[in-house]
Amino acid sequence: MAEENKVKLHGMWASPYVKRVEIALKIKGIPYEYVEEDLVNKSQLLLQYNPVHKKVPVLIHDGKPICESLVILEYIDETWKNGPPLLPQDPYKRAKVRFWTSFVEKELLENVLLVVTSEGEAQEKAIKVVFEKLKLLEEGLKDLFQGETHHIDGENMGILDIFLCSLFGAHKAQEEVLGVKFIDPEKFPLLSSWVTALTEVAVVKALQPPHEKLVVVYQFLRQKALQPSADGVEVKEGVYVRSLSRSSPS
Amino acid sequence: MAEEEVKLFGTWASPFSRRIEVALKLKGVQFEYIEEDLTNKSPALLNYNPVNKQIPVLVHNGKPVAESLVIMEYIDETWKHNPILPVDPYERAMARFWAKYIDEKFWPAARKSVVAKGEEQKGEIDEIQQQMKNLEGELKEKKFFGGESLGFLDIAANIIIWLVVAQEALGMDQILNEEKLPVLYGWLQRLLDDAVFNECVPPKDRHLDLFKVRFGSSIASK
Repeated sequence: MAEENKVKLHGMWASPYVKRVEIALKIKGIPYEYVEEDLVNKSQLLLQYNPVHKKVPVLIHDGKPICESLVILEYIDETWKNGPPLLPQDPYKRAKVRFWTSFVEKELLENVLLVVTSEGEAQEKAIKVVFEKLKLLEEGLKDLFQGETHHIDGENMGILDIFLCSLFGAHKAQEEVLGVKFIDPEKFPLLSSWVTALTEVAVVKALQPPHEKLVVVYQFLRQKALQPSADGVEVKEGVYVRSLSRSSPS
Repeated sequence: MAEEEVKLFGTWASPFSRRIEVALKLKGVQFEYIEEDLTNKSPALLNYNPVNKQIPVLVHNGKPVAESLVIMEYIDETWKHNPILPVDPYERAMARFWAKYIDEKFWPAARKSVVAKGEEQKGEIDEIQQQMKNLEGELKEKKFFGGESLGFLDIAANIIIWLVVAQEALGMDQILNEEKLPVLYGWLQRLLDDAVFNECVPPKDRHLDLFKVRFGSSIASK
């Protein structure tokens, strides 16, 4: 493959944001070089490619960097039109998918992170909010699927599927660490069956870190948020720090 | 062609609502505008956007679309003439990246900068200064972010006006001044001069008054 066509992904093994891009690349069958970043000791290249946010994931295509996972996914879909589409064709359906993807990112993920990084009354409040948002998503899915059974496989996963499994692919680890069951089949039957189906897709399965490692990640995030320590290891935005960086990828 | 019904639920002072007005006007799409009272939201709005219960909401032939950037993409994909987004996927990615940046970084900082005090306020203002410098890096020598004419990012970035007016209303120093941010300042003047955009800008006095009422008391002791 010509050098100019090369695709590189700067990532970090525990990052769900990076996972999104990896899933998309694999669904499309796009070969890429993966560069693992130590987020406490970021490479010069990363800082050069993403000077604004200094974060992963960064996709580099034809030497040009693209940042922010959703922007990257749309770029992938528009650039590699031969693989399975990541968005529907119809503009209205596209709008619905984008709306719910934004919802998963802003309303769900942020509040789940809040549950992870808080305790006591603050955590109870955050849990309540997550359940409210899950209820809205469950309702939204009824409208989105419109009564059809939504069969998922590696051929028809789209950006909403990808965002959802990057958040709740780890739901069992979240349950173990937080003692809260978000993906509850009784409360949210559509969502639960969808998440379960997503985690069974070969591409997703292959990219998912083992349960034990995910438990460690969540425990670590929680511990660091609740006990800012004297050793100077901070919990930053996106919350992946020194010990996680040194862990070997799965 | 079938009769098209396009409705926009918005508020006159909302920069998010303004994005949709501008996009529709640039495309020459006829629409009915419905002004919402956010303290007393209409049943129609709550019906069309039960999830967020927010404006703007675009309703196209009875089908609602919410979230301003999502609506803008929908508009561009539905009415394909006078495109708002560039053709090239990389350019599109840049426009989306910076629009997201504005919503996720600039907007929270802008809101905080107006109500914060002392050191905290200074911190927000310094951050906004840097954000605007970053935006200048994207604009470079171009007339607009979209090139010769208004594009996706110009429309999204109209939210900068919110801060400009807020600072004027509250007697604060302007972050966006010609000396420190000449590139972005020039862009803003061109934006305000644009015939289509101009139609969508609220009357200055009314806009200033709104900020004085909303934020005036919080800066009483400065």
